[in-house]
Amino acid sequence: MQTLIFRTAAPYISSLMVLFSIFVTLRGHNEPGGGFIGGLIAASAAAVYGIAYGVPAVRKALYFHPMAIAGSGLMLSALSGVFSIFHGVPLMTGIWGAFGFLGATVDIATVVTFDIGVYLVVLGSFTSIALALEEREEG
Amino acid sequence: MHQEWVTLAVLFLPFVGAILAPFLTRFLGYQAAWPLAIVPALCFLHFAGFIGAVSSGQTITGGYPWVEALDVEFSWLIDGLSLTFALLVTGIGTLIVLYAGGYLKGHPHQGRFFSFILLFMGAMQGLVVSDSFLMLFVFWELTSITSFLLIGFDHGREASRRAAIQALMVTGLGGLSLLAGLLLIWNITGANALSTLLEQGSALRDAPLYLAALLLILGGAFTKSAQFPLHFWLPNAMEAPTPVSAYLHSATMVKAGVYLLMRLNPVMGDTVAWETILPLFGGATLLVGAFLGIRQTDLKLMLAYTTVASLGLLVMLTGFGSETAIQAAVLYLVAHAMFKGALFMVAGIIDHETGTRDVRKLGGIGKAMPITFAAAVLAACSMGGLPPFAGFLAKEEIYAGLGFANGWTILLTIVAFIGNALMFALGFAVALKPFTGDKVETPKKPHEGPALLWLGPVVLAALGLIFALLSTFSHGIISTPMASAVAGEPVSVSISVIPHIGLPLLLSLLTIALGILVFMRLASARDAMASTLQAIGWGPDRGFDQAIRGIIRLSALVTNRFQNGRLEFYLTATLGLLAASILIPMIALGELPVLPDFPDLRFYEWAVFLIAGLGLAAVLWARDRLTAVVSLGIQGFAVAMLFMLFGAPDLSFTQFMVETLSVVILALVLTRLNLQPSDHRPLGQKILDVTIASLCGAGLGLLLLRVTQVPFNAGLSDFYAQYSRVIAHGRNVVNVIIVDFRGLDTLGEISVVMITGLAILALIRIATPKPSKTAAPASKSEA
Repeated sequence: MQTLIFRTAAPYISSLMVLFSIFVTLRGHNEPGGGFIGGLIAASAAAVYGIAYGVPAVRKALYFHPMAIAGSGLMLSALSGVFSIFHGVPLMTGIWGAFGFLGATVDIATVVTFDIGVYLVVLGSFTSIALALEEREEG
Repeated sequence: MHQEWVTLAVLFLPFVGAILAPFLTRFLGYQAAWPLAIVPALCFLHFAGFIGAVSSGQTITGGYPWVEALDVEFSWLIDGLSLTFALLVTGIGTLIVLYAGGYLKGHPHQGRFFSFILLFMGAMQGLVVSDSFLMLFVFWELTSITSFLLIGFDHGREASRRAAIQALMVTGLGGLSLLAGLLLIWNITGANALSTLLEQGSALRDAPLYLAALLLILGGAFTKSAQFPLHFWLPNAMEAPTPVSAYLHSATMVKAGVYLLMRLNPVMGDTVAWETILPLFGGATLLVGAFLGIRQTDLKLMLAYTTVASLGLLVMLTGFGSETAIQAAVLYLVAHAMFKGALFMVAGIIDHETGTRDVRKLGGIGKAMPITFAAAVLAACSMGGLPPFAGFLAKEEIYAGLGFANGWTILLTIVAFIGNALMFALGFAVALKPFTGDKVETPKKPHEGPALLWLGPVVLAALGLIFALLSTFSHGIISTPMASAVAGEPVSVSISVIPHIGLPLLLSLLTIALGILVFMRLASARDAMASTLQAIGWGPDRGFDQAIRGIIRLSALVTNRFQNGRLEFYLTATLGLLAASILIPMIALGELPVLPDFPDLRFYEWAVFLIAGLGLAAVLWARDRLTAVVSLGIQGFAVAMLFMLFGAPDLSFTQFMVETLSVVILALVLTRLNLQPSDHRPLGQKILDVTIASLCGAGLGLLLLRVTQVPFNAGLSDFYAQYSRVIAHGRNVVNVIIVDFRGLDTLGEISVVMITGLAILALIRIATPKPSKTAAPASKSEA
């Protein structure tokens, strides 16, 4: 899709979408959102960018192979779940910690990294499917 | 010394040895046999340390908790029966490791072989000392798997692979049967270990499900111990290298079934079913094995069939039900392990040194191989039941045990008599024919093998003599404790090599006479047997192939019917089944929902409805497929808006994204598929599709209505709402459920997402044939 307006707008739209997806993922614990929906938004961003600029551009922007992103996400989630064994509590129990950052207290937990893993899996899997389909269209 | 952890360590020692074996072999070559033989030797010494306690009537148990939640222990039971087996397994194992060092000298995979044989030894040793049912089963299956690896060791040859798979299938199926049997016994008696089961006496015998449990257990025992008509895998397993045949298929693994029967004799024996089925199958196996053995010309196959026959004899004796028969079974089992192991190793040496195992192409090699010859003759004397060898004691006891009390026992005695005579002939055929007579040209010039080769058979053959000569001593440490364990009550074995004048002796002499007769006329007997078998034509071995072919054909039939590669068939079947599974029970059980009154809608709610309706209409009237896909997205967005309006922002949010992505991906797929832009289904197809779609929609709609009319149990949602903030530090209940309360589900789901992604990627990436070829099937599948 080579229209001028779309090509001009696409980088802004997709970068905003990525930013928004991260926001949605991180706030998910208290407000509507979460890793799954965040991953879907990010995957859509990649799809939009791909439609405007072609698959090689997206692959370059992602740097890693989408499936590698998905794989690392799955690993991150699994490790987050396993982390609880160091505390002698059952598998998948959320472990919470907190640290001070610029005067504010930030809670950090294995459930957050778990959700980030979900984000990466969804982003990676859907992007790789979409890109593979788009690629064949061009090829 | 007899601390529990030592026994535990001994149980795991062979597995450690198996890990080390390939490395040792890389550095030491075939000489690695010497250090590796220390492993089974240590196990042997450890078990030998129990002899004193066991022979004074004690039973040693021990163990560690394994799965505490299920009350399963990793526990062992060492009494006369398991001790004898453990000593056989580890003692013969030591000799076999040494023998394999010489036999496979220079073989590129000798290290792997050592590894497999030690693995097997560990499994077998674990099997015979297991107390808990689960541990027994695990080790039982492990012997099947390691036996598969060993039979298929020479995996470049098709016959090897077939034999390995056949053995695995037969014994593996038997293992499943055993598991079911053990679980059933566990259910009936509440005992999940042999020691507790043995204390219960006749509780199992009197249970109504006794027969079912018995049949299941027999399924395991008969497959493992190659009872007719499931005996065929054992001769085929002779494809394995000879050390394997000598170890697994004569002395140890195939006896596991007999072990199991002997072990359960005190609690399952002494019933009509037990005393009918066991002698029946055992006797049939004895005759079949002995007669089929006559037909063979390959030394190993001759021995293999006599092994089948011997196993039959053992099963028959175990099931006979008299104390003397049990004594006979015990004596015969020990004697058989020694002479058969020795004879197999002799056959291997002959093969190794002359290049052939065909009894017709061998002769006069005795001068060149005096030590092997001596070992062979000693072993054959024991096998033939000549005094003063262990086999003689066993045979006297067999005839004394069976007796002539009534028609049934006379029949069994005759069966034993014929079987023994034929085995006598076969044993001496293996031990004498290759060594005596005129010298025959062999592929290799025969000469005595190295010490590694002849050590095993010489030791075993000599033991067969010593066991009988020192009968008081050997009965004290082996036979009496073992027979007592099998009988379930103290039994004293006292038979000695001094012949007692009586019926058993007479039968023994007759057996020997008949055996000599058959031996003299072996060649003509073989021809007669061969032509008889030719006339029958069919055997269980061929039946196995037919069964396997039948299964493959059936599965191909089913697969081709249901996986025919036509997407429309899959969709029709899936959706049709969905509609049926919702609607049929709902109507049949009268669970149709009460249709609610149509509610008053606000104008914006009407607007959303209108959008959804318009989207649907556009799908139906769209001229081309792309428009239809996009219109479907409109309807989806309208539903997402409904979710939003009714207070489910998370759901709505996700629905928006899912709809967007599915429209994008579907559009991409459509442009890729070689489809005509518009839809040209014939009218009949259209009507069918519309019906199924409407039924699915109506079914799901009714189901949802019905669900909302069931009184709502708020327990779960209250729990989540209450504890989401307190336990999981999150206000968004939906997300807390996803990542915390039900985190394991999510982990499973994202794994599925990832795997699906990989699968789709693979499907897309499959090299597509040239367009000219794809065009035809594509348009066909669209029709």
